[in-house]
Amino acid sequence: MSAAPAVVHTLKPLRVESVDIGPTDASTQLHPAMNQASAAPEPPLYVRTKAPDWLPRVLAPIIGLALFVALWAIIAKAGGRLPDPASTWHSALEVFGSPFYKKGPNDQGIGWNVLTSLGRVGIGFGMAALIGIPLGFMLGRFRFLSDMAAPIISILKPVSPLAWLPIGLMVFKAANPAAIYVIFVCSLWPMIVNTAVGVRHIPQDYLNVARVLDLSEWTVFRKILFPAVLPYMITGVRLSIGVAWLVIVAAEMLTGGVGIGFWVWDEWNNLNVQHIIIAIFTVGIVGLALEQVMILLARRVSYE
Amino acid sequence: MTDRYLQIDNVAMVFETKKGPFCAIEKIDLDIRAGEFVSLIGHSGCGKSTLLNIVAGLLRPTEGHVLLAEREVSGPGPDRGVVFQNHSLLPWLTCFENVQLAVERVFGAAEKKAAVKERVRRALELVQLGHAQHKYPHEISGGMKQRVGIARALSIEPKVLLLDEPFGALDALTRARLQDELMRIVAATGSTVLMVTHDVDEAVLLSDRVVMMTNGPAATIGGILAIDLPRPRDRIALAGHRRYMALRAELLEFLYRKQMREAA
Repeated sequence: MSAAPAVVHTLKPLRVESVDIGPTDASTQLHPAMNQASAAPEPPLYVRTKAPDWLPRVLAPIIGLALFVALWAIIAKAGGRLPDPASTWHSALEVFGSPFYKKGPNDQGIGWNVLTSLGRVGIGFGMAALIGIPLGFMLGRFRFLSDMAAPIISILKPVSPLAWLPIGLMVFKAANPAAIYVIFVCSLWPMIVNTAVGVRHIPQDYLNVARVLDLSEWTVFRKILFPAVLPYMITGVRLSIGVAWLVIVAAEMLTGGVGIGFWVWDEWNNLNVQHIIIAIFTVGIVGLALEQVMILLARRVSYE
Repeated sequence: MTDRYLQIDNVAMVFETKKGPFCAIEKIDLDIRAGEFVSLIGHSGCGKSTLLNIVAGLLRPTEGHVLLAEREVSGPGPDRGVVFQNHSLLPWLTCFENVQLAVERVFGAAEKKAAVKERVRRALELVQLGHAQHKYPHEISGGMKQRVGIARALSIEPKVLLLDEPFGALDALTRARLQDELMRIVAATGSTVLMVTHDVDEAVLLSDRVVMMTNGPAATIGGILAIDLPRPRDRIALAGHRRYMALRAELLEFLYRKQMREAA
């Protein structure tokens, strides 16, 4: 400690002589001096910026949700038949208290309804992936096929998936396969399009590696095409699942049976508005969970 | 045969563009001996990379042909090891797997898995990256990536090593280290090398001959400079070497006096 002031003294005249030594010397000189003068002048600067860093990020969504519920309560109080948050909450506890009961084909727990809907989405979506991803690879790889498919995809993509329902009912003559088929149709487009885009966006560098090594087509596919396209494919899958989950509720309202969409419609017929609100939240939370799973998956396969 | 190990015979390349045909290079004749290190130098756009890509087989010349060990080059193939400027490692494979992809292609059919892995390990040790073999490209520095690229090119025991501005994207210090390492590796393996560069010092330091390209369009060989400096070469000792300075001056003269006017 006694050495520091000595350095300060020997350096001071040097600094006066040459301006070049400049800021670095000034800081080494000032530092011990400031430590002696005031005990701890640094901490406040850090504390002020550091503590609120995570706090608002946690608080903001809580405040947002609270405001939402408050607004809901106010609207419910103002009149109409909208149930208030408290009664909906009690009703939800009841519904989720026994999610897996079965009292005949049209009266089952919410758990069964959600699982049935997820099952339809899974089957429809799975078949779409089985067909859409290879098709996307082919469209991405061969210009001619892509030009051939372009008008069909452009025309059919904007069609509401529900418009396909009557055709499904006609072909399958049953509600359940028709609903699955609607999911299949709406999941198909994002997967074809994204996979094709991914194939088209493979950097030329990677393909040059394949060319100079003269790799076999199968190796190129396994080691270069597939891993390069995977992130795009996952995006396609994510969009597909999102759309499928949107569509299943509407499709089930029309087809009936077991499923979260049918449950909503059934509760509407029973005029049980609390249950409808519960269903809305359930659909939202399940959709959010699906999305998060896909984001996790995407992060796992991203290589950057 | 060893005097004309790599023959570039009357090669010309005309690209069809929207504005009509564009002649990138014309009438290139160049013979490279086995074990020789030849650099192509010239201003950007002089077609030196085009020529390298023709030798690599990535481009087919519109005229003339390339012979490697008396066999005509008709497309890309693993008898030539290419190192790209931007390393071109596959980001989803580790360094080891990147090299393995090449080794597997060339030796996978004839050799057992263990022998293939041993080759990969040796190639990575040659570029002193044995310790980083299980890292992914994004986890290592630019210089290390380029070294993996070199290891990948060398691991397949190519007849000729083709380097396309291999150190162009690196900082000066890393570049110097990799140049020294390349000299050591080439001396150890006796490789035949064709390198594209725009760096005068790099060309003089590494090469046996420097091929000076005229400016495009219709670029061709403007002159060939034999670098008669003894090996092994040391960059620090050479810095004050009279012959080195003279060769360097000659290259600069060509690039900045004879070719500058058109390049601007």
